[in-house]
Amino acid sequence: MYPILKKEFLSSTVARFVIKAPFIAPKRKPGNFVIVRVIETGERIPLTIVDSDPGAGTITLIVQGIGKTTRLLLTKEAGDVLTDVAGPLGNPTEILENKTVACIGGGVGTAELYPITQALKAAGNEIYTIVGARNKDLIILENEMSACSHHLFITTDDGSYQRKGLVTDALRELADTGILFDAAYAIGPLPMMKAVASVTKKYHIKTFVSLNAIMVDGTGMCGGCRVTIGGKMKFACVDGPEFDGHAVDFDELIMRNRTYVDFERIANQRFEESHVCAKETTV
Amino acid sequence: MTALNPLKPSERMKIARQESLEQNAADRSRNFLEVSHGLNEERALLEARRCLECKDPVCTQGCPVSIDIKSFIQLILEKNYVGAVNKIREANYLPAICGRVCPQEEQCEAVCTMGKKHPSIAIGKLERFVADFELEHELFTPPQVKEKRVEKVAIVGGGPAGLTCAAELAKMGYQVTVFEALHAVGGVLRYGIPEFRLPRAILDLETERIKALGVQIHTNFLVGRTATIDEFFDEWGFKAVFLGTGAGTPHFMGIPGESFSGVYSANEFLTRVNLMKAYQFPDFDTPIKVGKSVAVIGGGNTAMDAVRTSKRLGAEHAYLIYRRSREEMPARQEEIHHAEQEGIEFMFLTAPTRILADQNNWVRAIECQKMELGEPDDSGRRRPVPMKGSEFRLEIETVIEAIGQSPNPIIQATTPGLDTAKKGTVVTDERQRTSRPGIFAGGDLARGGATVILAMRDGKTAAAAIHEYLTEQSHATCDLKPCAEGASARRVESSTFGGEPAPA
Repeated sequence: MYPILKKEFLSSTVARFVIKAPFIAPKRKPGNFVIVRVIETGERIPLTIVDSDPGAGTITLIVQGIGKTTRLLLTKEAGDVLTDVAGPLGNPTEILENKTVACIGGGVGTAELYPITQALKAAGNEIYTIVGARNKDLIILENEMSACSHHLFITTDDGSYQRKGLVTDALRELADTGILFDAAYAIGPLPMMKAVASVTKKYHIKTFVSLNAIMVDGTGMCGGCRVTIGGKMKFACVDGPEFDGHAVDFDELIMRNRTYVDFERIANQRFEESHVCAKETTV
Repeated sequence: MTALNPLKPSERMKIARQESLEQNAADRSRNFLEVSHGLNEERALLEARRCLECKDPVCTQGCPVSIDIKSFIQLILEKNYVGAVNKIREANYLPAICGRVCPQEEQCEAVCTMGKKHPSIAIGKLERFVADFELEHELFTPPQVKEKRVEKVAIVGGGPAGLTCAAELAKMGYQVTVFEALHAVGGVLRYGIPEFRLPRAILDLETERIKALGVQIHTNFLVGRTATIDEFFDEWGFKAVFLGTGAGTPHFMGIPGESFSGVYSANEFLTRVNLMKAYQFPDFDTPIKVGKSVAVIGGGNTAMDAVRTSKRLGAEHAYLIYRRSREEMPARQEEIHHAEQEGIEFMFLTAPTRILADQNNWVRAIECQKMELGEPDDSGRRRPVPMKGSEFRLEIETVIEAIGQSPNPIIQATTPGLDTAKKGTVVTDERQRTSRPGIFAGGDLARGGATVILAMRDGKTAAAAIHEYLTEQSHATCDLKPCAEGASARRVESSTFGGEPAPA
């Protein structure tokens, strides 16, 4: 059992959890993830480790409520426990040194980008960060990202905060002003990473993307997270989760990630019913 | 003729081999309840009477863990079923499991003297009978640990090899901790073998019995990532390590279309169903999707488990596609027989060449070609050769590939000096010692893909080798220090036994 020590909402659907995980905390590196099972009957889902405190034996996770499991997780409070947390899994991020890099986060992907940006800053890089989301409410970690970036740009799809547009618009503009990026780190929804990769390809910028494939065990055992990289089959859990953005077959992964949409609908419906019931009972 | 069994050998030979009671095939192919109910007491007693009580019991030689079979059968004749199961447990700590999943027909029963002219004694079913009797009547008492020892041993991987090694070492008095990457121990017994062959309740009880020996279990602990083997030695204070991480990396055929939705490795398919209980969705959250027609590729026990599972999940047609013929199938005869009874449609001498999908990227068909058997290959089996112009298409919605696994590379990659062979297996000698002193390995990690009982044998062999190694080590320490101190250091009070295994 893994106790939740702290929980705070960063937006209406995104929360930050500090979780006791004494074996994982000292081992975690930027880019690592954990597999979490919230309850005994739950599924195993991968979540990026955002931060850790080896002294306190804690890790930080940031979760957006989208499917049944993440929405259930958001109902958990400090003092509750998670049934299982396994990790640190996946390969750590390749951190360049003393270069000029673009860090691009989309939606809750910004949470995953945060530890990488911190590490890049510590390694002496000049950092241009672009954070984007659908609207103002979904912009998270603005202060944190600002603190570990030399330049921060924020975009919203609907223009409700800062500049209206997509992260790729901002990226293109920066590149056009003559900034020579050595690398880009992009984490967010698959269509966003695909769009970023297509922009950076034009400018010949080496691009790291983090792939959120469907996983069961997260240790290389099931092959459910297989992705095609440069025509070769790789497992996102043990070969990744970060890959060369220019070699990823995004369309294939987007299709694969739709495998269980029907089931997600049923699970979400059930969750809503039980959640409403629970609320009514407490009232 | 003996006091226990007044029948003459000729009379014993006249008794028919007693078979298990089973759920009928039509019912069971739609549920996950255990297929076989085993022998009842009456049948078990009758079966025990068939044993010829050979002076030189060859059955024990045929058993990978050398169970004293003749003695446990005699204890059955005395109706001392608990005595019988304890006799088995001297050699094998997991009788309820082995009684179900061991290929006895290739081991003890293959060499049974009765088997020369008549059906051999149903040794496996007798083993299961006494194990189940003890479970049902809750008569288990953990064996006495005679001597407590201070040395800590880490077992990496909670599958059949690791659990057996843990039990054997704990019986010798060592402080044993099992590290398991998943959220529950059992390894392939948990994620691979289905409920209908090995009920999870049985596995849970056998696991409890290992804990009853004082073995500590850390789940959610991926050795190589959460801690490395060298950290176990340097920081955690372990004096020896047994590696039993199995062969968990699934192979894919490498044909076009394997990334479509609806294509599973057998590992993923079985893990979803067995470990995650996807067959109980939405009460359990993990989904699984099985179409009206399912094709399972492969001919081993894993393929049988996958195809029989797909039938239970509602497939109208469950095909098993195998590139050789029935004779070459590596699966157990009993499993093939059960699959046939359950209406599995076998397609022998057939090899897939391509998977096709609909506009949503869901599998809709598989293209195959027929094969014929040519000259024998390295394995001694006749090599399948494609027949020109034999291509055909099978309409299906789910593909499950059960064509083999290799070891997970994490331990090998994070443990310097550990020698591996070409397929990623860890190299050991006949005592399960690896290239690094203090590190032992066994089961599929060393073998590359074998049976539960061979993994258990390795675990047992390794336990004996670890005992020998630690004894030598402590003597070496004894030589350096005043001997009395060295000797007393190896014994601790029972109150400190089984303490916190984790470092501060």
